[in-house]
Amino acid sequence: MTMIFGIPIQAFLGQLLVGLINGSFYAMLSLGLAIIFGLLRVINFAHGAQYMLGAFVGYLLLAHLGIGYWPALILVPLLVGLSGMVIEKVALSRLYNVDPLYGLLFTFGLALVLEGAFRYFYGVSGQSYMPPPQLSGGTNLGFMFLPNYRGWVVVASLIICIGTWLLIEKTKLGAYLRAATENPTLVQAFGVNVPLLLTLTYGIGSALAGLAGIMAAPVYQVSPLMGSNLIIVVFAVVVVGGMGSILGAIVTGYMLGLAEGLTKVFYPEASNIVIFVIMAIVLLVRPAGLFGKDA
Amino acid sequence: MKLLALASMALMTATVIPAMAQVSDEKVKIGILNDQSGVYADFGGKWSYEAALMAVEDYGGTVLDKTVEVITADHQNKPDIASNIARQWYDTEQVDAIMELTTSSVALAVQGISKEKKKINMVTGAATTELTGAQCSPYGFHWAYDTHALAVGTGGALVEQGGDTWFFLTADYAFGYSLEEQTGNFAKSKGGEILGAVRHPLATTDFSSFLLQAQASGANVIGLANAGLDTANAIKQAAEFGIVAGGQRLAALLFTLAEVHGLGLEAAQGLTLTEGFYWDRDDESREFSRRYYERTNRMPNMIQAGTYSAVTQYLKAIDKAGTDETEAVAKELHEMPVNDLFARDATVGANGRLLNDMYLMEVKAPADSEEPWDYYNVLATIPGEEAYIKPSESGCSLVSQ
Repeated sequence: MTMIFGIPIQAFLGQLLVGLINGSFYAMLSLGLAIIFGLLRVINFAHGAQYMLGAFVGYLLLAHLGIGYWPALILVPLLVGLSGMVIEKVALSRLYNVDPLYGLLFTFGLALVLEGAFRYFYGVSGQSYMPPPQLSGGTNLGFMFLPNYRGWVVVASLIICIGTWLLIEKTKLGAYLRAATENPTLVQAFGVNVPLLLTLTYGIGSALAGLAGIMAAPVYQVSPLMGSNLIIVVFAVVVVGGMGSILGAIVTGYMLGLAEGLTKVFYPEASNIVIFVIMAIVLLVRPAGLFGKDA
Repeated sequence: MKLLALASMALMTATVIPAMAQVSDEKVKIGILNDQSGVYADFGGKWSYEAALMAVEDYGGTVLDKTVEVITADHQNKPDIASNIARQWYDTEQVDAIMELTTSSVALAVQGISKEKKKINMVTGAATTELTGAQCSPYGFHWAYDTHALAVGTGGALVEQGGDTWFFLTADYAFGYSLEEQTGNFAKSKGGEILGAVRHPLATTDFSSFLLQAQASGANVIGLANAGLDTANAIKQAAEFGIVAGGQRLAALLFTLAEVHGLGLEAAQGLTLTEGFYWDRDDESREFSRRYYERTNRMPNMIQAGTYSAVTQYLKAIDKAGTDETEAVAKELHEMPVNDLFARDATVGANGRLLNDMYLMEVKAPADSEEPWDYYNVLATIPGEEAYIKPSESGCSLVSQ
C-alpha cells in the first residue's frame, strides 16, 4: 500500500476530504462574519447563535409545519436574515457611533440569550434532523465512503461563497456597500440610503449564518450548543484571513479545515488547538492576517 | 506521655460530644454541583437538582427537626471552577455535603477537597472507578454507576454477541481513559483483541475523521468511550458514513435515557446500553418517574434517580446517627443497606461504592415504542456484586484486606 507521511494514502485522502467538508462550514460562517465586520465594523458575536437558530428554525419548520429540507433551504435564511435586520434596526444601529466594544457586548449578550432560551426549551441534547431522502446514503470513492449529503455541502458552500464574493465585488449593490463603508457621508450625499444598506448587510450576514445552520442540521445534532462550539474556531478563521477580508475568510476557512483534518490523523488530541496555534503564528508574522489590507 | 494522651482524649471528646447532639448551624445544607450548560446538561444538569428537591420534599423537608436546604451551581465541566465553588460552599456557606458531580475530573477534584475538609460527598454523575479506588475517601460515596459496571454490561453483551475486535473513540480525559481501559480489559479477558484507539477532545462536533479511522481499522465493534452530546453526534455521523450498514457495531458505553431522547429512536434503535435505572421498571419507579415528569416534562435517567436516592440515603443516615457530624454520618452510610425506588437491598462497600444492580437495555425500534419515553427493552439484570469491582480489589486503602 502506498504510504504518505507514515499513513496509508487512502486514509490521507479521506482525511483531506473530511477537512474540506469542515472547511466548507468554516468558510460559510466566516464569510458572514467578514461581511458584517468589513462593512459595519461590528464584531458579530451572535453569529454562532444565528447559525444555531438556522438549524432550529429548520427543525421547527419540519416538526410543526411539515416543511422539508429543500424549501427550508430558502425559508430559513430569509427568516434568520429578517430577524437579523430587525435586530440591526432596533438595537445595533444605535451603537455605530459609540465605542465598538458596545456592539461586541450587545451581540455577545444576544448570543447568550438565544442559547439560553433554546436550552431552556429543548435541553442540550437537542433534536435530530435527518438528511433529505435524495441525499441520504453514500458513494464509495475507492479511498473512502463519502456520504452524499456531505458531498452536497462542499458543492453548495462553494457556490454560496463564490456567489457572495461576486455580489460584493462585482455588482452595483456591492459597489454601493463598499462605498458606504469607505465614506458614508459622501455616499449619502449622492442620494444613497446608507442606513438601509447597513441593515441589508447585517441581514445578509445573518442569513448566511442561518443557511450554514440549516445545512449543518442533518450532519450535527441540532443543539443549542452547536453554535458556541463552532464560533470560536470561526473567529480564528476570520483573524487568520484578515478581519473584514471576504476572500481571505473563504480561502482561510477551507485551509484551516484541511489543517484540522490532518491534525486529527497525526495527533488527534491537538485537533481543537491547531487552528489557534496557526492563528498565533499568523498574528506574529502578519498582524493584519494573511489577506488583510493593512499589511 | 500518658498525661498528653489523656489530655488529647479529653479534647477529642470535648469536640465530639456537642456535635453528637445537634445539627451544625441549625440547618442541613446539600449542594448539587454539576454541568448545567455544557454537553452534560441533560445527562444530569438542573434535572438532578430537581430530583434532589423532590427527595427532600418526600422526606418531609426536615431532618432531626431542622430544615433541609438544597442549593445548586454550574461547574461548566471545569475542575478549577468546581473546586472554587466547593471551597466556598464548605468554608462560607455551611454546606454539609456536595452531591451529583458529573464529569470525572471534577468529581475527583471535589472529592479531594471534601476529604481534606472532612465533608461528605456523594457522586452520582461521574463514572471513573478512581473515586472508589486509589483516590477513595472515608467520606466519599459513589452512587448509580461507574466505568467498570458499563464495561461489564455493554462490553460484556457485545463480546457475547461475537464482538471480538475493538476500536475505541475516547474522550480525552480521566473518564474516557478509565472507560476505555476497563472495557478493553474486559474484552481481552474474554479473548477479544483491541485494534486501536483515538482520543478526541471533549465537546467535539465533527467525528468524521475519527470514524474514518475506526472504519479503516476493520474492528467489528467501535467502542464509544465518551458521553452526552459527543456520543449522540458520533452515533449520528457513524450512520452517515455507513459504518453500521458496513457490518461494524457501535457500543455506546455511556448512553442514558436523556441522550436517547435527544437522538430519537430512529437513529438510536438497536443500541445496547447499560443503566442503573429505568423508569418503567416497576410500580415504584413508575410512580416516582410520573411525579418527576409532572415537574420537569421528562423521565429521569440513572443520574437523576440516583441523585434522589443519594439525597434520601444521606437524610436517613443523619436521622439514624442523630447528628450531621461527618464521621457519624459516614459510618451510617457505610453500614445501612440502600432500599429505595432506585436501589433494592444494595450494600455500600468500605470504599464507598454502592453495589446497586445494573440493567442491560436495548433501545426499541420506533414502531415498538407505545408511549413517549417508552424507549428500552430490559435484556438482563446485572447483580451489583458482578457489576462493580470488589471493594477488596479496588485498590482503595480504606479497605482492610
